[in-house]
Amino acid sequence: MAAACLRLVWLAPLLLGLVDGGRAEPPRDALREELVITPLPSGDVAATFQFRTRWDSDLQREEGLSVLLKADRLFHTSYHSQAVHIRPVCRNARCTSISWELRQTLSVVYDAFVTGQGKKDWSLFRMFSRTLTEPCPLASESRVYVDVTSYNQDNETLEVHPTPTTTYQDVTLGTQKTYAVYDLLDTAVINNSRNLNLQFKWKSPPENEAPPVPFLHAQRYVSGYGLQNGELNTLLYNTHPYRAFPVLVLDTVPWYLRLYVHTLTITSKGKENKPSYVHYQPAQDRLQPHLLEMLIQLPANSATKVSIQFERALLKWTEYTPDPNHGFYVSPSVLSALVPSMVAAKPVDWEESPLFKSLYPVSDSSSYFVRLYTEPLLVNLPTPDFSMPYNVICLTCTVVAVCYGSFYNLLTRTFHIEEPSTGGLAKWLANLIRRARGVPPL
Amino acid sequence: MVAACLPRERLRPLAGWLLLLSVGSVAAGRIEDQTEQFFRSGHTNNWAVLVCTSRFWFNYRHVANTLSVYRSVKRLGIPDSHIVLMLADDMACNPRNPKPATVFSHKNMELNVYGDDVEVDYRSYEVTVENFLRVLTGRIPSSTPRSKRLLSDDRSNILIYMTGHGGNGFLKFQDSEEITNIELADAFEQMWQKRRYNELLFIIDTCQGASMYERFYSPNIMALASSQVGEDSLSHQPDPAIGVHLMDRYTFYVLEFLEEINPASQTNMNDLFQVCPRSLCVSTPGHRTDLFQRDPKNVLITDFFGSVRKVEITTDTISLQPDLEITESRVTCYC
Repeated sequence: MAAACLRLVWLAPLLLGLVDGGRAEPPRDALREELVITPLPSGDVAATFQFRTRWDSDLQREEGLSVLLKADRLFHTSYHSQAVHIRPVCRNARCTSISWELRQTLSVVYDAFVTGQGKKDWSLFRMFSRTLTEPCPLASESRVYVDVTSYNQDNETLEVHPTPTTTYQDVTLGTQKTYAVYDLLDTAVINNSRNLNLQFKWKSPPENEAPPVPFLHAQRYVSGYGLQNGELNTLLYNTHPYRAFPVLVLDTVPWYLRLYVHTLTITSKGKENKPSYVHYQPAQDRLQPHLLEMLIQLPANSATKVSIQFERALLKWTEYTPDPNHGFYVSPSVLSALVPSMVAAKPVDWEESPLFKSLYPVSDSSSYFVRLYTEPLLVNLPTPDFSMPYNVICLTCTVVAVCYGSFYNLLTRTFHIEEPSTGGLAKWLANLIRRARGVPPL
Repeated sequence: MVAACLPRERLRPLAGWLLLLSVGSVAAGRIEDQTEQFFRSGHTNNWAVLVCTSRFWFNYRHVANTLSVYRSVKRLGIPDSHIVLMLADDMACNPRNPKPATVFSHKNMELNVYGDDVEVDYRSYEVTVENFLRVLTGRIPSSTPRSKRLLSDDRSNILIYMTGHGGNGFLKFQDSEEITNIELADAFEQMWQKRRYNELLFIIDTCQGASMYERFYSPNIMALASSQVGEDSLSHQPDPAIGVHLMDRYTFYVLEFLEEINPASQTNMNDLFQVCPRSLCVSTPGHRTDLFQRDPKNVLITDFFGSVRKVEITTDTISLQPDLEITESRVTCYC
């Protein structure tokens, strides 16, 4: 089912700090810098929602694009993911001073087909139950880009409303794409009604072709049975018909999954695939997790399986979370690769379109950089039965009371005969009345 | 005397002038009294610490309780920077929630208390006894962000609301640990000795809630509980669509009471004590005021639940005499 994927990205270069002084900082490797922020296990979905409310206070939530971020609609989507990227950028060509770039992204996948009663049309109002009213007053740029690659001037296949005044063409992720640009700071776009509802209608029903499969995608899962051992598997797919390319795989595994590194096997097309670079930093209990980094060459049109066995550790009873039977999260693994592109891309000037340069960085025209995150995993550790102490106390006390108590009574209880009581005052009065009546006494 | 000396025709304007003068002096005296009162009021800022100590889906009502109080407190003026909200926060995005991103407090989903702008300061596994006591006493690692601190001073009125599962003398935190009434009383005493509050209102909605305040010994604390020792606090109404009980009775009626309060209202604490009689609550709510200096009927609800700034507008000039008696009485140690 074709799903309309709309990506809204805000780029806010914040001048947070100046690195000045005599010596110039060398331009840092963008790859290394971003890897310092290790991927957090996604944990609760609610965590992403909380993130959003903090964003809103940064972005002054009643204006601009952030007005579309309302949780009640966002949680009716098929997929959503949030990210925060912070990196230093050079202020000038010689990189003598640096400022910090903060990038917040929210990726959401709406299934327009399912929610739109069988039609693939979408609009901002239908997706977010809101429209755009005005740009954020703090923003120097505020734009919406819509992928209209299959749009042509004759309006045969699809119609975009309102008609875009400018389009932008770029090679993103290896293919040539055309984007319709709506500049919210342009008064012609937000007209007098202060209401911008982008609508997308298909004139003729599109052919039911599957969306193009990306050249690199991955999957991760845990296999095995029981609570003692398991196996961590990552499947890397290279769907390019004839080009092989290398992939850098970074795994951060928590210390309580004790990895057996000698069982690390990488197979492609049934044969063993030796990585050209492996870096492993073992875990220290309760201090740091495992760090495993590998550079693997993926042959063309193949699926590579990276598997490693592990043993589950038993934690101390105070270290378990209040809901240990939910399981423990394992961070996603990070795959970074330079994927060959179908279309030659020209290097884009940073100043002209900072959005595309940072989202889809291009080093040379023959490949583009991709960073993928696999799914986070949930593994069960051997969990003690926390209700056991209470049950033991109840059972033991019952057994002691019943068994030992009975024995104690049998062994120590003595029986003696007791004279019946004489009756006291009541009996004396009764006898008095009986004597008066002439009846024998009690 | 004046009437005998002056001729009649000059008496009337003179009487008028005298009346005006007397009225003027009385009015000036009233304004000065009002400003005296203004500077005599005890607190200058308000804080709230709202704690829900339960997790898991079937404890939905505890989260709804806390969020309802949070909403009321925000509505009456306490900003998020002065609220420390501790929730396990696994209701809104629980896979069993048929309406994700919402927490309802009334059946038929009338009121979504989760809203768009809730700021939870301690969530999920961070709601522990240790963190709670650290927030109260201020012994927090220096890396803690500001939103997670209780930065109160000796002129702060603090509202502390706790809900969850409790027993005689203890309150259960997230099904894995407890806080006892002695620990809580000692924490409040630490707060008093560090001058971290001016007055404290402690509300607890758990089973046998009154046991939690019986050990308090620090001054200026008023406490309310939803049930006495030996009684259970009961939940209010289940919602058939969501499948769990949405609120507890005591907090439900406290909330109804608070919905009628606005920042200008003069309702006092005695009304809050009457809020949930036995016929509605099934349990007997209790309160404790012996440690509190002022009379509860002089204590406004907005002294604790709202953040009311006193503004007196006047066009007259006022001369204030430094009243040594007042300043001395504030400095006296309540031993």
